[in-house]
Amino acid sequence: MKSLIFRTIAPVIVSVMVLFSIFVLLRGHNEPGGGFIGGLIAVAALSIYGIAFGVETVRRAIVFHPLSIAGAGLLLATLSGLLSMLFHVPFMTGLWVYPVILGEEIPLSSVMTFDIGVYLVVVGAVTSIALSLEERGED
Amino acid sequence: MAVSSSPADLSAALVLQPVAALDWLVILPVAWCLAVGAVLLMIRHKSVAQPLVAVAALAVLVGLDAALLWHVAQNGPVTMVMGRWLPPFGIAFTVDLTGALFALTSAVVALIGAVAAIDDINASGRRYGFYPFLMLLMAGVSGAFLTGDVFNLYVWFEVLLISSFGLLVLGSEREQIDGAVKYGFLNLVATTLFLITTGYLYGIFGTLNMADIAAKAPGLQMTAPLVTLTALYTLAFAMKAAAFPVNFWLPASYHTPRIVVSALFAGLLTKVGIYALIRIGVMLFPAEREQLSFVLAIVAALTMLTGSLGALAQSDTRRLLGYLVISGIGAMLAGIAIGSPEAIGGVIFYAVHSMLVMTALYLAAGLAARLSGGFSLTVSGGLYRHHLLFTALSLMLFFAVSGLPPFSGFWPKVMLVKAAIDGGVSWLAGILLLSGFLTMIATGRVFLLAYWRPAPAQTAAVPQPLAITALLPILVLTVSSVLIGLFPETLLNLAQQAAATLNEPSAYLNSVFPAGGAP
Amino acid sequence: MEPVLAVLTGIFLTVAVYLLLSKYIIRMLLGVAILGNAVNLLIFTSGRIMREVPPVIGAGLDVPAGATANPLPQALILTAIVISFSFFAFLLVLSWRAYSVLGTDNTDAMRVAEPDGVQPPPLGY
Repeated sequence: MKSLIFRTIAPVIVSVMVLFSIFVLLRGHNEPGGGFIGGLIAVAALSIYGIAFGVETVRRAIVFHPLSIAGAGLLLATLSGLLSMLFHVPFMTGLWVYPVILGEEIPLSSVMTFDIGVYLVVVGAVTSIALSLEERGED
Repeated sequence: MAVSSSPADLSAALVLQPVAALDWLVILPVAWCLAVGAVLLMIRHKSVAQPLVAVAALAVLVGLDAALLWHVAQNGPVTMVMGRWLPPFGIAFTVDLTGALFALTSAVVALIGAVAAIDDINASGRRYGFYPFLMLLMAGVSGAFLTGDVFNLYVWFEVLLISSFGLLVLGSEREQIDGAVKYGFLNLVATTLFLITTGYLYGIFGTLNMADIAAKAPGLQMTAPLVTLTALYTLAFAMKAAAFPVNFWLPASYHTPRIVVSALFAGLLTKVGIYALIRIGVMLFPAEREQLSFVLAIVAALTMLTGSLGALAQSDTRRLLGYLVISGIGAMLAGIAIGSPEAIGGVIFYAVHSMLVMTALYLAAGLAARLSGGFSLTVSGGLYRHHLLFTALSLMLFFAVSGLPPFSGFWPKVMLVKAAIDGGVSWLAGILLLSGFLTMIATGRVFLLAYWRPAPAQTAAVPQPLAITALLPILVLTVSSVLIGLFPETLLNLAQQAAATLNEPSAYLNSVFPAGGAP
Repeated sequence: MEPVLAVLTGIFLTVAVYLLLSKYIIRMLLGVAILGNAVNLLIFTSGRIMREVPPVIGAGLDVPAGATANPLPQALILTAIVISFSFFAFLLVLSWRAYSVLGTDNTDAMRVAEPDGVQPPPLGY
């Protein structure tokens, strides 16, 4: 899109949206939010970026092919489920660690890694669809 | 690392004792396919490594499913719940003999398909993602066979459907897009109907666990519209399985993709519909299926007849095979309509036979087309003169699909016909035999025109060399069909035991609720 | 409340079926979108409607403080939304492709896979 205002403002919107998507992803454990909705927000951000600067720029910006991102997310989610095999609990059981970093207790869990996997799957799969639609819209 | 602990009494809701290592076999086929599919998705551009990884992974899957079948045959149904929640709160994977047998056969078919695809799918097809989609398809198929939760079954249906879309449009030719539109919309309607019915099911039962439903259904027969539920489920799964009035998506799409994809679809997808129909109709709502059995019998008869008559009318071998798939579905539906344990054993046996033989037939049709210049019966010919072994294998497959001894199609047909006569529906037995006869004519004509007759003059008969790698998948499948036909005892016993477990699901219930009875 | 939602579900389903029966893919797509929403509403209604608080357990507690809404239908609907969304996205791309490759969005005109006037197989040789 050729609008100067849009092109100037787009990077700001996009960076805020990506940051917000990660916030929603991490918030999802105890409050409304989570990997799916966070991923969709990130996709919306990437789509805006694509409308402003073209699909090629987005592809360069995310470095990996969208479907590779989805694959990495799927692998991460599956492995978080399989982790419970080592602890003799059923598949997908949430496992927690509480490391203390700088005097602050940080709860980390396989639930969170699973959610990050979902986030990546959504970002990868939906971005690949959105980009292919935008590409067709351009020509 | 520690599992979170808290003062409340958790033993009522959570699994607290450690899980036996062998129980992991229940979930591993699915998790393995997902993980390998994910890795293959990440290395989509390594078109040399892809087939190697996929074939090795599918070989491991066959091993896992075989171990699972052995475990289930030894110890009865096995259950694992997700995330430690006791059933019916958590999603349970429960495997009985039926599920394990279907899963093993589908893994064998997928392995053979992956080997055949090394030849058939070129580098661009691999970059597009044939192997990742195949692994994800297998995750969906295995998940559908192994799960013990109705909503989870729906999710696996969708997983396999989405991956099948990817496989179907591999190559993006005009024909494929056309076929995929019809396949996509009609299958979407079918799965949505499945979801609608599951919504009703949850509204009535308040649970989605199959064992819980099977235990509660007899008590609700007087007060809840269970026949309606069963009818809706039957319609949804009949659509997935391509039964007569709702079968039109299959002949519209199955001949469009690459031949390996067609072979995999013919072997795997419709059988998932049959499996779900067995699970719902025989295990969950047997009394309600009994009330619908006359309708089911008519649908089965019409499906068999449209299938075999449609096959007679086709001159494209791929489309002809699509109708033979439908005809086989009709035979399995007939068994479900009869519903006695013998009939269900016949259906399970028939499904195993059909997965192997239909896949082999599509692969053979692809090879025949490559050797003789096309799928159309009007131009092909001359295979017998140059490729004697291939011709012999094809003829065996034609006999097998028609239900002639000594091949794998014979025994299930005998079981079904006998069950039909014992069950007082001799006319259905007559239709079963008639459809086998019509199938024989249709495949016999393919043999005459494409194999036996000399090559027509316009397709100059240049004898093409036949690589053993191209023949190997067909050879393996045909040999297994012959072996099943000659030594049917093992499979026969397994199928009958599986049917007995479905008919009297107390072992299944005990596996999910070890204390005995639903909470 | 349930009867109202049941009627609403019925209206949604009617509209979806009407649109899906159309010959034109673009209308069928709209039908698919509405069908997904109809089913979500149906599951929501099947799970019983309650004026309760969201099923989130407060900090420091092991069980919810009072009666909460049924969380399971919400989980089912979330799954169904994800699936119907991905389905819709796929069908949208496919329809676009079909329109640009086949040059029509009229399903009656899509006869590439099953052409008219195919000869039956020869009866002899």
